[in-house]
Amino acid sequence: MKKAKTIDKIATGVIYVMATVIVLILASLLLYILGRGLQYVNWHFLTSKAESFSAGGGIGIQLFNSFFLLILSMIISIPIALGTAIYLSEYSSNGRIASLIRTSIEILSSLPSIVVGLFGFLIFVINFHIGFSILSGALTLTVFNLPLLIRSIEDALRSIPNSQREAGLALGLSKYETVIRVIIPDALPAIITGLILGAGRVFGEAAALIYTAGQSAPPVDFTNFNPMSITSPLNLMRPAETLAVHIWKVNSEGLIPDAVAVSAGASAVLILAVLLFNLASRYLGNFIYTKMTGNK
Amino acid sequence: MAQEETFIRRLDEKEHEMAMTTENLKVFYGEKEALHSASLQFERYQITSLIGASGSGKSTFLRSLNRMNDTISTARVEGKILYRDLDINSNEIDVYEMRKHIGMVFQRPNPFSKSIYENITFALERHGVHDKKKLDEIVETTLKQASLWDQVKDDLNKSALALSGGQQQRLCIARAIAMKPDILLMDEPASALDPISTQNIEETMMNLKDNYTIIIVTHNMQQAARISDYTAFFHLGQVIEFNETRKIFTKPRVKLTDDYVSGHFG
Repeated sequence: MKKAKTIDKIATGVIYVMATVIVLILASLLLYILGRGLQYVNWHFLTSKAESFSAGGGIGIQLFNSFFLLILSMIISIPIALGTAIYLSEYSSNGRIASLIRTSIEILSSLPSIVVGLFGFLIFVINFHIGFSILSGALTLTVFNLPLLIRSIEDALRSIPNSQREAGLALGLSKYETVIRVIIPDALPAIITGLILGAGRVFGEAAALIYTAGQSAPPVDFTNFNPMSITSPLNLMRPAETLAVHIWKVNSEGLIPDAVAVSAGASAVLILAVLLFNLASRYLGNFIYTKMTGNK
Repeated sequence: MAQEETFIRRLDEKEHEMAMTTENLKVFYGEKEALHSASLQFERYQITSLIGASGSGKSTFLRSLNRMNDTISTARVEGKILYRDLDINSNEIDVYEMRKHIGMVFQRPNPFSKSIYENITFALERHGVHDKKKLDEIVETTLKQASLWDQVKDDLNKSALALSGGQQQRLCIARAIAMKPDILLMDEPASALDPISTQNIEETMMNLKDNYTIIIVTHNMQQAARISDYTAFFHLGQVIEFNETRKIFTKPRVKLTDDYVSGHFG
């Protein structure tokens, strides 16, 4: 008996230590990046355009590009992911088609992002003649993002107990109505959490974008709302270096004298944004859940 | 499969109005025949209990009556289910329309994660009832019928998930009868509830009897004896005996039934 107690205590201790190590790693990473970079972050840095050869450049366009690309790739991938996840969770009877889709998703999610990037380069940039552009980048990010989204949405749908489906069907609702009106609203908090976490990953992605969205950020005129104009921020066909790509670029082949400062500041901004996505996903998920169920 | 001795009472359809009858209803799960050829009659405005041990096929039988077995991909139902001169076990039937007429209450309370009010109005709105006054009225009458109104009338906008298990189950009953079904199928509706909630549910069922035909699966033989007019005893996928409840519990014709209702097995 005494032995069991001792072992229990040791095991508990080990588990605590491991958990603490994880927290310490995260905390030191955050503190290091933020501590090094935050000092360079100011309004000018966030809004002005990057310099190529001289010091004092900002990350304004890159920051905008990151968000624009994120939103665009989400607009493309959410409907596809939602449809696939609904099929897998609600309609497929785990037959051959479903297992084929599952296998494809698994393979897709295990591809290194640089490979996805080169695939996007060959298909979208070269083959479809889209060129280095926001659109190529968004399509490539969709390939990269889909497995994650499908899986998180499918998990969210599956976590809704079957009794809810039966409740809807027994009241004469069609299967489609039951899915749309009962299951998806119930799963919405978890779906949104999954979407935002996916967004965080996409936001920080660099390798898949280097050869698709391009490594240059031509100046844009934020007052130009004509999406056909090359200087409009809304133009889908312009090359668009994102924040993550910019960090990589500045560090690997940057010619600016303040490369260290720019990359430290940009890293701090990037990690803050990803952190915000994660916090927002938790908050929003909980908020929607209480809102929808009326639970207080 | 050895043929057991059976006694299936046939009701004269001239004297008894039938709400539903089944003819040679069989259910297969894959290759396995889970229900062997059940032919039963359900009299209108009466309560019929389906009793039997776990795995006897009574729930399987009940779930085929509103085609809920359709949701199980391996399940196959053969035979006829006659309702208003229609065989609802045929492909031409609009299953979703049929389920409006044949409602169901499940073993575990399964309210939607919506407000109490919306739990009742949700399906009605989907079926085209939008008049707010009418909806209010239906919510009030069905909650009264389910003996829940007095407890929730001030909290209609509260989440249904905040209710107790027994209250949730009565809400599910209210939700089912809001559709104004002909027949109410109940799959062990009180088995997950405490004795007081069970008593409430039983009283609710007795009140509903005036307007609804009820078919209830129950493990609780006292419950079957208390509330039902007819009882069918299931054993290993077969209907062994079907008769008036009084006779099943006092003078069963088949020994197997006698053993079961007197507690010798099961």
